Amino acid sequence: MKLLVPVKRVLDYNVKPRVKADGSGVDLANVKMSMNPFDEIAVEEAIRLKEKGVATEVVVVSIGEPKAQDTLRTALAMGADRAILITSDVRPEPLGVAKLLAKVVEEEQPQLVILGKQAIDDDNNQTGQMLAALLGWGQGTFASKVEVEGDTAHVTREVDGGLETVALPLPAIVTTDLRLNEPRYASLPNIMKAKSKPLAQKTPADYGVDLTPRITVLKVEEPAKRAAGIKVDSVDALVDKIKSLGVIA
Amino acid sequence: MSVLVLVEQLDGRVKDATLATLTAAAKLGDITALVAGHGDAATQAADAVAKVAGVSKVLLANDPAYANLLAENVAALVVPLMADHDAFLANATSIGKNVAPRVAALLDVMQVSDIVAVESADTFVRPIYAGNAVATVRSSDAKKVITVRATGFEKAATEGGNAAVEPVAAPGDQGKSRFVGAETQESARPELTSAAVIVSGGRALGSEEQFHALIEPLADKLGAAVGASRAAVDAGFAPNDYQVGQTGKIVAPDVYVAVGISGAIQHLAGMKDSKTIIAINKDEDAPIFQVADVGLVGDLFQILPELTEKL
Ligand SMILES: Cc1cc2nc3c(=O)[nH]c(=O)nc-3n(C[C@H](O)[C@H](O)[C@H](O)COP(=O)(O)OP(=O)(O)OC[C@H]3O[C@@H](n4cnc5c(N)ncnc54)[C@H](O)[C@@H]3O)c2cc1C
Ligand SMILES: Nc1ncnc2c1ncn2[C@@H]1O[C@H](COP(=O)(O)O)[C@@H](O)[C@H]1O
Repeated sequence: MKLLVPVKRVLDYNVKPRVKADGSGVDLANVKMSMNPFDEIAVEEAIRLKEKGVATEVVVVSIGEPKAQDTLRTALAMGADRAILITSDVRPEPLGVAKLLAKVVEEEQPQLVILGKQAIDDDNNQTGQMLAALLGWGQGTFASKVEVEGDTAHVTREVDGGLETVALPLPAIVTTDLRLNEPRYASLPNIMKAKSKPLAQKTPADYGVDLTPRITVLKVEEPAKRAAGIKVDSVDALVDKIKSLGVIA
Repeated sequence: MSVLVLVEQLDGRVKDATLATLTAAAKLGDITALVAGHGDAATQAADAVAKVAGVSKVLLANDPAYANLLAENVAALVVPLMADHDAFLANATSIGKNVAPRVAALLDVMQVSDIVAVESADTFVRPIYAGNAVATVRSSDAKKVITVRATGFEKAATEGGNAAVEPVAAPGDQGKSRFVGAETQESARPELTSAAVIVSGGRALGSEEQFHALIEPLADKLGAAVGASRAAVDAGFAPNDYQVGQTGKIVAPDVYVAVGISGAIQHLAGMKDSKTIIAINKDEDAPIFQVADVGLVGDLFQILPELTEKL
């Protein structure tokens, strides 16, 4: 069975985001960009399913600027088999991404699509659920464990009260949480090999999908700064501070 | 504007997150509260939410299909109801985040996630980039689908309302997913997202035993909920639902005590709106001190027992 993994190129999680002076957004010029960390986990999970013999092919797809190609090459170096790059001038929103992915699914017929639970730039946490809705499939979101048996996926989900397990008839959607796995690093030989793996280039028009945004960003600001605090030099001083807050029962 | 709000309840009590969402909804218009669930708890929750100030109608879908609020089933219930409503609001909780985007896509609407303020009927404020930036966004969709971050809104009063409860036809199980089981921990502590005081431990606690032995007694003294950094959860010191941060729980208690937590941006994203932040860390340059109101530099293994003792 085939697996599809959508990956997004985002500001590297170690880089402190800077708001642009004109309030139009976060400055992405000349800063390190990487694969969304949750998508690395998704790629890793797909590769493990292939290594276990559950899956036969892992296809990765990214929608965005031409440089998203680097992100796809990273996924190929980790072990994905082939890639699809859909280049778009507008920054696509989750709804548009989900519509494009639904078309890719129609074409590729994967049994499982594994996405990240959220892209750490816009923190939307929507695309997987939207794709599941558009396809009429079941969804196992925020997964910390995925087991495929026959035509069913058992997904353990990280929820507010602990963990929860659902069974989904395939085909289905999974979105990854942090503790699903620890993604591998690509080895140098695999990075070299990835350069010759197939990467198809497409546009949203090829799929007949309109990406016109529904949401306008009016302004982006720095969050309110916290006033500078103090350091105390002893436990006794800390005890006094805590007592002054009036929180002791 | 007519607003449909998905209610979350526990044992018949309306969850605090929903009370915050109801406050956000009141800024948009007339509120219909939707209780989907199964059994007496659902009925009790419907009666309870009917009393919340500002709720004008309650719809109750009492059916086994909603016992676990599976997104596939709840979305199938909500979408037809949206013919009569202009906005759908859910909590930015693991339930709301699972259900709302499914509803949005079925309505062909781009969801506005995690709002912390309502500027007008179509304009909302939401943090992006782990709270390192705050965006004001306008939705051009005719209907709005929104998730609400509880820390942005006061809780609605649980008294003062007198809405009628109406049963609503349930489309039932969609057969797209099946609930197998849950591992939830019963705890006598206050819930993390609504606690007034939180004590959180990080990687520095070193083991599950030490996490319990040092963090819990301090939390007991303070009547606090217990949280953790991702590193502490990954290492197995604390369960996953303790994680505070960009991708865990967002909290804003009166007092947040961070013990042996460095203060990575992903952790700060989840707690930097706390009223008072207290940090204990042996590294005086740890980033947590940049947001802390009160800091104590030193070894937590010495400080915590002494602190707990003296409080
Ligand atoms: C996609 C993504 C999402 C993430 N989401 C989250 C999230 O939601 N929440 C989250 O917390 N993290 C999250 N992280 C992880 C985050 O980047 C940090 O790795 C994590 O917060 C570090 O946890 P920590 O502070 O406990 O550990 P460390 O960074 O290792 O810090 C330990 C601290 O303890 C101090 N210390 C050590 N020994 C002692 C002692 N004896 N006494 C006192 N102090 C001591 C050290 O000085 C240090 O500051 C995420 C990361 C990624 C990539
Ligand atoms: N532009 C994109 N290209 C490919 N995948 C994407 C894109 N945007 C979102 N995704 C996928 O959807 C997940 C959730 O993103 P979001 O809903 O934006 O938080 C990501 O982790 C990716 O797996």
